[in-house]
Amino acid sequence: MTELEHLSEEARDAINASAELSVLDHVRVHYLGKKGRITSLLKTLGKLDPSERPAAGAKINEVKQALQDLITVRKERLQSEALAAQLASQTIDVTLSGRQSDVGSLHPVTRTMERIQSFFERVGYAVATGPEIENDYYNFEALNIPSHHPARAMHDTFYIDPSTVLRTHTSPVQVRTMKSQAPPIRIICPGRVYRCDSDVTHTPMFHQVEGLVVDRGISFADLKGVVDQFLKAFFEADLPVRFRPSYFPFTEPSAEVDIQCSNCRGAGCRICSQTGWLEVMGCGMVHPNVFAHCDVDPDEFTGFAFGMGVERLAMLRYGVTDLRLFFENDLRFLRQF
Amino acid sequence: MKFSESWLREWVNPVLEKGQLEAQLTMAGLEVDGVEPATDIVGPVVVAEIVAIESHPNADKLRVCQVDTGDGAFSQVVCGAPNARAGIRVPFAKVGAVLPGDFGIEAATIRSVPSDGMLCGQTELRLGEDDEGLWELPATAPVGMPLAAFLGLDDDIVEVDLTPNRGDCLSVRGLAREVGVLNGLDAKDLVCPAVEATIDDSVPVIMSAPDACARYVGRVICNLDLARPTPLWMQEKLRRSGVRCLGAAVDVTNYIMLELGQPMHAFDRSKIDGAIQVRMGSNERLTLLDGTDVQVDEQTLVIADTRGPLALAGIMGGLNSAVSDTTCDIFLESAWFNPLAIAGKARAYGKHTDSSHRFERGVDPDLPVAAVERATALLIQICGGDAGPLVMEQSLESVPQPPTISLRNARLTQQLGLALPVERVQAILERLGLEKMSGDALGSMWKAPTWRFDLTIEQDLIEEIARIYGYNNLPTATPSLALPIEPNQETRAPLTPYREQLVSHGYREVITYSFVDPDLQAMLDAGQIAIAVNNPIASDMAVMRTNLWCGLLRTAMYNINRQQTRVRLFESGQYFMSHADGIKQRSALAGLIYGPREASGWNSASCRVDFFDIKGDVEALMARTGRQHSVTFEAAPHSALHPGQSAVLKVDDAACGWLGCLHPKIANSIGLNDAVYLFQIGLDDLLTLRLPRCEEISKYPEVRRDLAFFVGSSVSATTVVNCARGAAGSELVDIFVFDVYADDEPTQRKKSFALALIFQNKHRTLREDEIAHAVEQIVIAVSTQCDGELRG
Repeated sequence: MTELEHLSEEARDAINASAELSVLDHVRVHYLGKKGRITSLLKTLGKLDPSERPAAGAKINEVKQALQDLITVRKERLQSEALAAQLASQTIDVTLSGRQSDVGSLHPVTRTMERIQSFFERVGYAVATGPEIENDYYNFEALNIPSHHPARAMHDTFYIDPSTVLRTHTSPVQVRTMKSQAPPIRIICPGRVYRCDSDVTHTPMFHQVEGLVVDRGISFADLKGVVDQFLKAFFEADLPVRFRPSYFPFTEPSAEVDIQCSNCRGAGCRICSQTGWLEVMGCGMVHPNVFAHCDVDPDEFTGFAFGMGVERLAMLRYGVTDLRLFFENDLRFLRQF
Repeated sequence: MKFSESWLREWVNPVLEKGQLEAQLTMAGLEVDGVEPATDIVGPVVVAEIVAIESHPNADKLRVCQVDTGDGAFSQVVCGAPNARAGIRVPFAKVGAVLPGDFGIEAATIRSVPSDGMLCGQTELRLGEDDEGLWELPATAPVGMPLAAFLGLDDDIVEVDLTPNRGDCLSVRGLAREVGVLNGLDAKDLVCPAVEATIDDSVPVIMSAPDACARYVGRVICNLDLARPTPLWMQEKLRRSGVRCLGAAVDVTNYIMLELGQPMHAFDRSKIDGAIQVRMGSNERLTLLDGTDVQVDEQTLVIADTRGPLALAGIMGGLNSAVSDTTCDIFLESAWFNPLAIAGKARAYGKHTDSSHRFERGVDPDLPVAAVERATALLIQICGGDAGPLVMEQSLESVPQPPTISLRNARLTQQLGLALPVERVQAILERLGLEKMSGDALGSMWKAPTWRFDLTIEQDLIEEIARIYGYNNLPTATPSLALPIEPNQETRAPLTPYREQLVSHGYREVITYSFVDPDLQAMLDAGQIAIAVNNPIASDMAVMRTNLWCGLLRTAMYNINRQQTRVRLFESGQYFMSHADGIKQRSALAGLIYGPREASGWNSASCRVDFFDIKGDVEALMARTGRQHSVTFEAAPHSALHPGQSAVLKVDDAACGWLGCLHPKIANSIGLNDAVYLFQIGLDDLLTLRLPRCEEISKYPEVRRDLAFFVGSSVSATTVVNCARGAAGSELVDIFVFDVYADDEPTQRKKSFALALIFQNKHRTLREDEIAHAVEQIVIAVSTQCDGELRG
């Protein structure tokens, strides 16, 4: 065995035995560095016959190259092993909870109200609001409910004084809007309303969203269309909608709107009291007497109004079975929204 | 209103399956609230006769009856009823029958005597209120006949929830008219022939309030045997209408009210002194039928005699003139009272009655005479007696005349979005009882029927046409509306993003009642007069909130009491204040935090929230406005807050909110042991934004210098910062406190603020001497103005 072969064998063993990058580097310098033992062999070429030098030189370079390649491979392997060890040591339990991930929530009534609003705002309705302590005139008189009207019994009213009430509906906002703005009018009136009634199905405060459209040529067909489209959009279902004649002093014709029970699809269940239908809103064409109070010419303009109880819609939409939950504000309830 | 379907079908009998009639009524606007069978009895209950009766061998109070049930053999029944005796016919529940209340009849042995079935009283069958003993049926009741057949119990009791405009449907006749319209049928036309007077006795009537009572009809009937029972058929109709039987005279008047819709009243003739006066009250006392005493004011119509009021007209009769056990002569009243005279009165006296309910909605002014005639005939038929002449006083000009209403074809078409054929329109209106006065190509004129008080204007006719045609048969459209671009103020923000921000900070939105506990409210906002609700639903919901903290605190307590340890709540809404110049209504956003700063978890710190947590949340909210540089927080006292941890929030020096720690005294009084932090910001300020105005960004480096000062413990950070800022000159672009150190030694009473000062010039790099000069000015200013001492 020549010295070259001997050195090559020795270097090869040293490379393969290197367990750390620093050792490997040391081996490289020892054999292949400027003063390395194999590099040094090149300096002995001068002692050879000139005709043998190229072949001998090539042979040495060939060995050097082979060793260099071996070192590179070894180095990569050691590097990847080191990285793997480092990563292994940094492994954590990713199933533990993150830091401060606590996010709150909107009240389901707000959530429902904003959702209702968004349907109408997208088609050009403006949002109008008004005071909750309201003048008797705006809450009743201007809405064609004079003081002795039996319809007042339909509204169990909270009074502040004989001429001041907690609004029983958001309709006074409609009156205020019509008094301050000329048609065309297209508004949505969301807000709190109050009725002096408290039992399993009534809370003394609840929320309504009312809508009002006043323009030339508005018809009952338009009202039906808007209500029908809204309800289908709200429930994201092609539920049958029906209109039942009813009575509100401020609209005529007036209608109660039922949707087919979303729970039983009309078959009859506990939620719809076996009727297959759920009453969800009231609506009608604006009564000429209301227009008269608001200085809108009923021969030039017609309009429709509709109103819905937000809690009712939220209950149906989210499966809330007890109205009172909305105002107990139990965090365990609120967290579900 | 409750009615018996079979009674209705005596008047109009459309070919409709069970349930269809109710559906039809509901879809016509007469909403059916409930339908129940006329009886819950199941199985064999028959008419039976007690043929023999003897004492029970082993019980003093029981007897053994032999009962003929019509099927050949007699049944032996043990019975304890005091009125059990041979010869009477009574309902008999055979073995296998199930009485209301799920009470099954089984063969039994009672004290060693076998008993096969049960002889029944009214209450056991739930067919009446007489629980004195066995229900004695008429001697004509056929023995063996099922009781259901005898009483016509194969019937439904229907409850309709009538809207206030449909007073005309508060009778079987009125409902029949409506059902007739819906089915294209004519309802029975009741003829009430005049009853011949057989005696001369009458009571003169003097009307002095024609606006309130335009027609008053009366009749004396003498020698009635009011002890005679009301016939079963009438009892059953009354029962199924939810009206109690109270003796023939009252039962007949109630029956007429239910049948025709005319409320009536029967007075004891012998208690009427002189003429009947129909007049307004004059602060008199009257004891009503139900025993209550009322003071009758001058706005209330009364029926009186020479001695004083006998009845609250149209509402309730008086006790003294009421028909009693000893009455044999009566005076029947059937009048037309103006709805405006009755409306609101019943409620004012707390006496809502079937009568007032009808009068305030409007009773057909053409009814009184027919009603008296029919009542007279029925009463004499039941109780015998002699009719006096019919007395009628009226003020014709005050009797309402049915209005004539014009209907424009074009208007109808426009309103419904459908051109209905004229003939169809005419057919509908005529069916409803309207009379066509005239008509041409443009429209027609119609006279409303006397019973429809709700038909006065064109829109009323349009509604009726739509209703009868069927709302669901009318077309549906999408309104085409102009959509101009509307102005949208960029400096007014919606509330939504603020809500979202709090939500992402872990807050839960709550909605609490606007009326709150006066005591808690007073503690939370001392000095502010809360607006009281006149008729609160509960004493702890008696005043309108003057801020939003009451509801938040109540909600926090509710949840803390349910093992919730970390609570973050917010609410937005109106609050209300009483001012000399009226009621002020404002809106605010308010929040509450309580408990650990971080939700508990494996890596959370355990410290609890403090003032700077809530302040940070408030600052973050105000940062949305773009006006955060105009926002200041000043220590200021608030009755709800801890005096040392309370700040008023100001924007441009105007107060717009509060924040701080709930006063420990208040916390204690509501049972809170740990600190709660609150904030409230007025929405007007929160939702007002600054329109951004862009400034050039300096290309030159910024330089930071830090200074720390010792100051007295009462000197606030803002004071020091403002002092430094004022002295620094225009190159100071930012300044903030980056460290606070308080000396715990009480004698020292000193603390230190470390200030970071950022200098920069827009147009060039600052020189060291310029910065040194500015820093020197700051040191001088803080030393002299804040008594500050530069820390080495």
